[in-house]
Amino acid sequence: MTRLQEFPWTEKATIDVAVPQPVKTRTLPTQLNLYRIPWLQAALANPWPQFLLRVVMLMGFLFTIVVALLGSRVGSHNFAIIMVWIAWWTTLKLGFIPLGGRSWCSICPIPLPGEWLQQGGIMEKGKRRLGLHLKWPKALRGSWLQSGGFLLIGMFSAITLTDPQVTGWVLLALFALAVGMSLVFEHRAFCSYICPIGGFSGMYSKAAPVEVKVIDKEVCAQHGDKSCYRACPWGVYPLAMKDSSTCGLCMECLRACPKDNLALNLRPYGTDLARPVQSTRLDETFLALIMLGSALVFSAVFLGPWGWLKMSAYNIGSQAWLVYAASFLALNLLVLPGIFAMCVAAWKKISHSSLPLRRLIAQEAQGLLPLGLLAWMAFTISFALPKLNFVVGVINDPFGWGWKLLGASSGGGLDVSQISLLLQVFLLVVSVFWSARVTRKLSTTDEKISRPTNYPLLAFYLVYAGAFLWLLAG
Amino acid sequence: MIKEWIARGIVILGLAAVISIPVIKTVHGSNGIVIHARMAEKGGWTPENLTVAVGEPLHLRLTSDDVSHGFAVGQLNQPAVEINPGEMTDITLVFTKPGKYTFYCTRWCSLNHWRMRGTIEVTDPPAKTEPAKPPLYVSLGLDIDTAHKAAVTPVGIPAAWRGALLNLSVPVTYLNRDYYLSHTPLDLWSALRSDQSYKDLSEQEVWDLVAWVWKSNTTPEQVQAGKEIYSANCAACHGEKGGGDGVFADQLAAGSANTASNQNTGEHTQRPANFTDPATMLSASPAHLQGKIIRGGMGTGMPAWGAIFTEDQTWELIAYLWTFQFNSEVTP
Repeated sequence: MTRLQEFPWTEKATIDVAVPQPVKTRTLPTQLNLYRIPWLQAALANPWPQFLLRVVMLMGFLFTIVVALLGSRVGSHNFAIIMVWIAWWTTLKLGFIPLGGRSWCSICPIPLPGEWLQQGGIMEKGKRRLGLHLKWPKALRGSWLQSGGFLLIGMFSAITLTDPQVTGWVLLALFALAVGMSLVFEHRAFCSYICPIGGFSGMYSKAAPVEVKVIDKEVCAQHGDKSCYRACPWGVYPLAMKDSSTCGLCMECLRACPKDNLALNLRPYGTDLARPVQSTRLDETFLALIMLGSALVFSAVFLGPWGWLKMSAYNIGSQAWLVYAASFLALNLLVLPGIFAMCVAAWKKISHSSLPLRRLIAQEAQGLLPLGLLAWMAFTISFALPKLNFVVGVINDPFGWGWKLLGASSGGGLDVSQISLLLQVFLLVVSVFWSARVTRKLSTTDEKISRPTNYPLLAFYLVYAGAFLWLLAG
Repeated sequence: MIKEWIARGIVILGLAAVISIPVIKTVHGSNGIVIHARMAEKGGWTPENLTVAVGEPLHLRLTSDDVSHGFAVGQLNQPAVEINPGEMTDITLVFTKPGKYTFYCTRWCSLNHWRMRGTIEVTDPPAKTEPAKPPLYVSLGLDIDTAHKAAVTPVGIPAAWRGALLNLSVPVTYLNRDYYLSHTPLDLWSALRSDQSYKDLSEQEVWDLVAWVWKSNTTPEQVQAGKEIYSANCAACHGEKGGGDGVFADQLAAGSANTASNQNTGEHTQRPANFTDPATMLSASPAHLQGKIIRGGMGTGMPAWGAIFTEDQTWELIAYLWTFQFNSEVTP
């Protein structure tokens, strides 16, 4: 038997190593304030790095529009198609959202020019502020319009994702709408209520591991100046934030707070989930279901083996397309919501929950977020990763004018077929467990419920993940 | 305030830099005419009419906006080049003779593939335009649109080697190339049949003799060259084996019954000619076939190839067409 003393390093080791210590449980803090890390604080407190990054993004965005409209008509050789729908989409779905929630919003270039006009300045608010600064109509609050926008893009996705001209006009229209809305409404009305990306990023940011949060509520209560609120381009008061869905992580409040009372926290996944919901608003329920439904449809159209389905999604205006569009809308607005509502109703019956059905639906919808987030990641792995090799090609010759910016290139294909299915199975299994955990936690918070296993919703998650896996695996 | 102005300056400079990029194209990309290829239904070639002077190099940058196409110029002996979607193919052409040349697609890109044609006008001010020689079917006054059907057809495939083995002499008139070009195999068969010196031959033996005479008017090189032209240009409709059953045949046949199915062209089409059918082929002369090929079959969907094939290429093609009727082997 080898004794510990025979290892030379034990002599140098402190007594702690040799003598077993009682295992400390839960010594890790539940959150870590990144703003306390000196170099990160320096980088975030200074507005310039973020500003310069946004300018680079703005240049990239406008370049993309120019190339989309003037470059090659062939999607796989057009910089815009590849950079937006392959490179950016992959980064968003596999990077920004799962790692940072709304972090894309913090460097998104679309609101920059509009905000300059709206605020009369970029770095400082100016005296000459343009626009009407109207309040956003109360009836249009929530994510209804974002859901609608996503459905609209979804109905035309086969052409938007492949035709550079259409992509160019869609991007230009979004850009014009963002600038226009900055001049009519106050704050970031476009980002908060129209932008489909903002819609689902905000929703999934509740599950993400990053948040901006007030450190000590008392300090805020004592502080009458509300510098954070006045600095926030989104019109959000940090103290009033229920969760991170409305926060665009722009860091303006951290820079503005004279008391240094705001934290940029690294937190456990799903911190904002499984909370009892007071409202009966169903906008987020619908958005969550639309994300689930469209992930299914896009997998079938873009990854499935059905040529007729592709053709009907592509032939916009044809009879086949009308059937496709109607089915797409029906699945997202009737079928999935119907099934989900029935599952919740069944659960209400089993659990004898005292909550009204509508409120219970709004509450249980939180369980759909992990499922949707990870299903979209799984879809993106199949959809975008195998096409990443096109990125080299379009950077080499962005306009399709025969340029060779990187020299003769033949970007080798990225063969992810071996690991992608494994990764997708893993993601979907995790999503079911995670969603089930959220649902269970919701059940356990209600003291009247004796058996907290929500079988109807568990079945919903399992069937969805199974169907999705079947579509991905073929 | 200085910070604010710096920020504004950066934004404006950045935007100006990006938006000015297309200007680079006009400065940078002036070395060559960019020609976009699209399926005929989507517009074909853009631009489709070019002009260049004799001896002056014409730089073309070819790209496809949809599927793979090919590029070649008719009447020139230059290999075709590939045009791939989203990529640029550079080609330089120098014309030595003035005239109107036709460039065309060499890939079966769609049913209307052959409609992908454009012209290059090669000008040479001092040169006098020579009047073109009329093709043989015109000088013979042939009406190539009338129906023709041989009343007599061979039972089996006539074989040149069997005809040779008969070891009979055929009058020189029939061996003459002009006779071959302007007469049908049936003409020769009838002439030989009514000739008393061949009265001992069976009907099939006379056909073998016809096959031998026909074969003696073509060379194996011509047949081989014709075969290549046929595979590249004709087989899509007429079929690899000449049976009129190429990949587009059914679509063309549908066009005869229903013009709505042919909205793109607004033209009637019909099932492509079957070169294995003795009744039509044996009642057609090389001049007649030449007419069909260079002029095209009006109202049938058959393109006109006159602007593309040289006269020699047309005769080579016709030499190959006879192999669908006759066994041209010299020895069994």
